[in-house]
Amino acid sequence: MTVFCQQYRECRELGGVDFVSFSEFEAVSRRVRRLVVDTVYGAGAGHIGGPLSAVDILTVLYHHEMRISVSDPEWPDRDRFILSKGHSSPALYSVLASCGFIPEEELWTFDEVGSRLQAHPDMHKTPGVDMSTGSLGQGLSAGAGMALAAKLASQPFRVYVLLGDGECQEGQVWEAAMFAQRFALDNLVAVVDWNGLQQVGWDLSDQPSREDTLPTAVEKWRAFGWHTAVVDGHDIGALVNAFDAARKVTGQPCVILATTTKGKGISFMENDNAWHSRIITEDDYAAICAELAP
Amino acid sequence: MNGTVQAEATRDAFGAELLDCAKADPSIVVVDADLGNAIGLVQFRSTFPARYIQVGIAEQNAVGVAAGLAACGFRPVLTSFAAFVACRCLDQIRVSVAQTGLPVVLLGGHSGLLAGRLGKTHVTMEDLSILRSLPGLACVAPADGVEMRKALRACLAYPGPTYLRATRDATPTIFTSDHEFAIGRAYMLREGADICLLSSGTMTPRAAQVATLLSDLGYSTALVHVPTLKPLDIQTVATATRGKRLVVTYEDHSILGGLGSAVAEVLFEGDRPPLLRIGTEDTYIDSGKNDDLLEFYRLEPEVVTGRIVNALETQ
Repeated sequence: MTVFCQQYRECRELGGVDFVSFSEFEAVSRRVRRLVVDTVYGAGAGHIGGPLSAVDILTVLYHHEMRISVSDPEWPDRDRFILSKGHSSPALYSVLASCGFIPEEELWTFDEVGSRLQAHPDMHKTPGVDMSTGSLGQGLSAGAGMALAAKLASQPFRVYVLLGDGECQEGQVWEAAMFAQRFALDNLVAVVDWNGLQQVGWDLSDQPSREDTLPTAVEKWRAFGWHTAVVDGHDIGALVNAFDAARKVTGQPCVILATTTKGKGISFMENDNAWHSRIITEDDYAAICAELAP
Repeated sequence: MNGTVQAEATRDAFGAELLDCAKADPSIVVVDADLGNAIGLVQFRSTFPARYIQVGIAEQNAVGVAAGLAACGFRPVLTSFAAFVACRCLDQIRVSVAQTGLPVVLLGGHSGLLAGRLGKTHVTMEDLSILRSLPGLACVAPADGVEMRKALRACLAYPGPTYLRATRDATPTIFTSDHEFAIGRAYMLREGADICLLSSGTMTPRAAQVATLLSDLGYSTALVHVPTLKPLDIQTVATATRGKRLVVTYEDHSILGGLGSAVAEVLFEGDRPPLLRIGTEDTYIDSGKNDDLLEFYRLEPEVVTGRIVNALETQ
């Protein structure tokens, strides 16, 4: 908690968002989760399961870990964040709104023509978005480029990239992993939102259980020269500690494999792949509101 | 234009000029996918080892790394062969470079037909066709070493991403140092009343030969050099082609989607003189010696001249 508070003070000095306790933190997380649902329900479109699995990771990043400035989104020394799993944009936009980068009301323009909040993130449209993404597999490369830029220019910023576990099937992810290791990018942190589900996925009868595949993933990242950590991606304290530990690693990039639940927080969505991008009905919405009531 | 017979490979001009630019601008970095020594960068690598980012044989990652560097204030120049830049990395260029508008220079080495006996996989006649379709990406094919130097500087100063085509083998130098290159400009190199011959890249020195041969045969031929395929100098193309008996495009690229198509797009929105597109047909190419390739694909100046005369006489 000491580091947490220190970070918090830095955050305040930079005009960032402030917290005083974990309970408040959890309230923010719950609020972001509600914004995600409202965003997708309001638009009648967009992904829902993946964004909900990423909410706690994003909340910790934006409200605690990253040095960012809401009043100056283009601050050159800010930490960078790339949502490589760009289809989880409702979660990113909601957390940006919770920080004050955009007004909450703007979330109701999500995925509309002319909106700053496009279906997939656009760095030139949304304040606080550092890289345009959407086509899976590309974010870690751009993040590695940014981390290298910080090294070349002796800038202090760190780079965070959020990937999906399904996204790691893309070959480019591993090209980037090799690159980051070779250039010793210890200012680069990849977080894998390990919710174990994807659009279609494998035939479940052939698929080893999620618990069985995770060690293999750890071995892969380790073999590619990365420092690895496995945490519960919905445990705020565990995430805070994992990011703290990553700061202490030198000479190699870090990956945090964050085990999460797709659809987290809404009982009937959790671990049900049908909610990858299903439209939320009026009845669904009423049930969700009841579940997310503070 | 002048009458000198000096020759230089545009890849060598690129490498030398990039080194000069980098001495003055510390933000310039090379992002190389393990082909830099084939693209004139040996000197750059030894002079600026820390600014020569060797990504290895991983072109898609190289595009993303370049985008990340550009997003943080660097001016990255990505180097690989045209075939790999345009074909292997299309989605990465589209999403991470063109859609972001980040100022990355994509250098397509060994472009065009005469790429050193490499054949169908390493030679692309489709790169301009593919990349010209991406909104926000400028496409430039310089004629010679002089123009390459100026084009590189223009690309490095351009506010958005650019694709720059370099060739492997020496080609005649036709421009002098006072050539005023600008991205988006075409150049009327020769006036003429009957035929408007438009060419791009290192095909322009050959086009100059064709124009001379046609004039010797009594056909007054205008020659327009179009180094920038996108954004196209529509005004110059429209003006130069107006009222001609025949418009001819002559390029080191497929006739589908390159200069021939770009000119056709302009013509069909205005006056319509007949158009003859000369380049490679819709095919993958064989490997072979340069002279044999030019002969096989009917791209030698003498043969091209005959094709143009035939088109005029059969109108």
